[in-house]
Amino acid sequence: MADTEKFDVIVVGAGPAGTTAAYILAKAGMEVLLVERGSYAGAKNVFGGIFYTPILNRLIPNFWEEAPVERHIKGVKIFLISEKNAVSIGVESELHNQPPYNNSFTVYRSKFDSWYAEKAQEAGAMLITNTVIDDLLWDGNKVVGVKARGEEGDVYADVVIVADGVNSLLAEKAGLRKKFKPRQISLGMKEVIELPREVIEERFHLSGNEGVEIKYIAGDATKGIWGGGNIYTNLETLSIVNWLSVEPLMASQHKSVELMERFKKHPFVRNYIKGGKTIEYQAHLAPDGGYDFTPRYYNNGLLVAGDAARFLNASIHYEGTNFAMASGEAAAKAVIEAKKKNDYSARSLSYYQKLMNESFVMKDLKRYRKLNRFAEAYPEFFNDYFDAITQAAVDYFTVNELPKRRQEFSMLKRFRSNLSRYHASVPDGKHHRNRLTRAFSRICPLARFIWLCLRGGIAFT
Amino acid sequence: MNIDDKLALNLYHVDRESHIKIDQEICYRCPHKLCTYLCPVGNYTQNGDNNVVFSWEGCLECGTCRIVCDQGAITWAYPKGGYGISYRFS
Repeated sequence: MADTEKFDVIVVGAGPAGTTAAYILAKAGMEVLLVERGSYAGAKNVFGGIFYTPILNRLIPNFWEEAPVERHIKGVKIFLISEKNAVSIGVESELHNQPPYNNSFTVYRSKFDSWYAEKAQEAGAMLITNTVIDDLLWDGNKVVGVKARGEEGDVYADVVIVADGVNSLLAEKAGLRKKFKPRQISLGMKEVIELPREVIEERFHLSGNEGVEIKYIAGDATKGIWGGGNIYTNLETLSIVNWLSVEPLMASQHKSVELMERFKKHPFVRNYIKGGKTIEYQAHLAPDGGYDFTPRYYNNGLLVAGDAARFLNASIHYEGTNFAMASGEAAAKAVIEAKKKNDYSARSLSYYQKLMNESFVMKDLKRYRKLNRFAEAYPEFFNDYFDAITQAAVDYFTVNELPKRRQEFSMLKRFRSNLSRYHASVPDGKHHRNRLTRAFSRICPLARFIWLCLRGGIAFT
Repeated sequence: MNIDDKLALNLYHVDRESHIKIDQEICYRCPHKLCTYLCPVGNYTQNGDNNVVFSWEGCLECGTCRIVCDQGAITWAYPKGGYGISYRFS
């Protein structure tokens, strides 16, 4: 590439954020360079398992007719598990078997991202792969291009969109954010497990291209560490994920590799993957903690999108791909506006922030910020209380010679003593603010439980 | 299934030199050696002499070691373009 070559826009990273921006900008007639460090788009990308597509379906209507999708997700089953007991609830709809399929599809990112990057190329963007961008080029306080490793060298543009993923070394180098702290990040490990198509369909009650998600919320799925587990159905494989918030994982002194293996062998997990053969092992970080940690995501001649700007809702919905696409689209719109004025200053590009604040992305991040704080402040709610809750549920349905009323009474008694025993066992200052709250929790464990349920409910709504 | 068997399934284009550099001196003195617990491919291991041994061949470029190392022992970069992991079923 000649040193003098200049693009309108350089987009770093061909994931859903970067490719969406490149696609829209190329369609608007701009000269776009899309740079990817992998051998192909998707080579380095890992996600939980569902690609959320409301934006994609607006950009490329009925994309599923041509895109390499696996299954559409018609429902979810949510598990609370302890070592021996489990409670689950399932939600599904027949309507989700019709377009737009609840905008939820399992895909292989290695194939899907390549397809999407090709669409950006067809729209006129130039894609180069196998290229690492090591730094931004500055002219004073303005970004004017990127510095590629190796022979590509320096490439110039009016504006650079950084969508280089969760580790975004470029956002750090640009001074927009510091290295993440452990409490702001989760580690996800994933195995893709091969099973015959008929076995998957029988095991998960599916026909045709229907798919489901199974979610395990913290509890024994993670040995009490804030995080969870998931199983997603692809056509001829399952994706099984164990994700762990890094700060409590550090404190636990467990090995992440062993927690993943333990999860796979868990009594309420192992039967889903029985007889399967692992064909790939993956690991990736995800931004966690939401709104409170959102960095500044634009500067003179610079926009940051996707995971690089921490746009991901990890709390309950695990939505990320649609957040990435929404930010890529907003970044592209801001660049189109800036081009009209020929002004790429931070002030002009702040239109990006305005668009983001108006979109579901910032609204959702803001809404769930309290839930993240709640999970951090009251870890017992997601760990030890799950043991007590699942035990109570199992007790309720236990069959013996007791009259049901006595059975229910002993269930409540056991529930109360489980909570109480837990509160007696943890040291002061860990889950209780002081000795007084601990004494209260021991004497009135049910009151504390109800109070925490209320707190959790308020945080959620 | 142990981690080496899992990594053997993955497609890597391994570079001759490591994209991650660690400072053995600092690691030797590190009080927690959390990288040896948290690295999801077990690339960091502690040998008997309190040393941390690092290999990069199985690296999935996730960045966990970079986040958990508070000793400044790790110089972290992505591998050269096209090198490292290439996912096929991610």
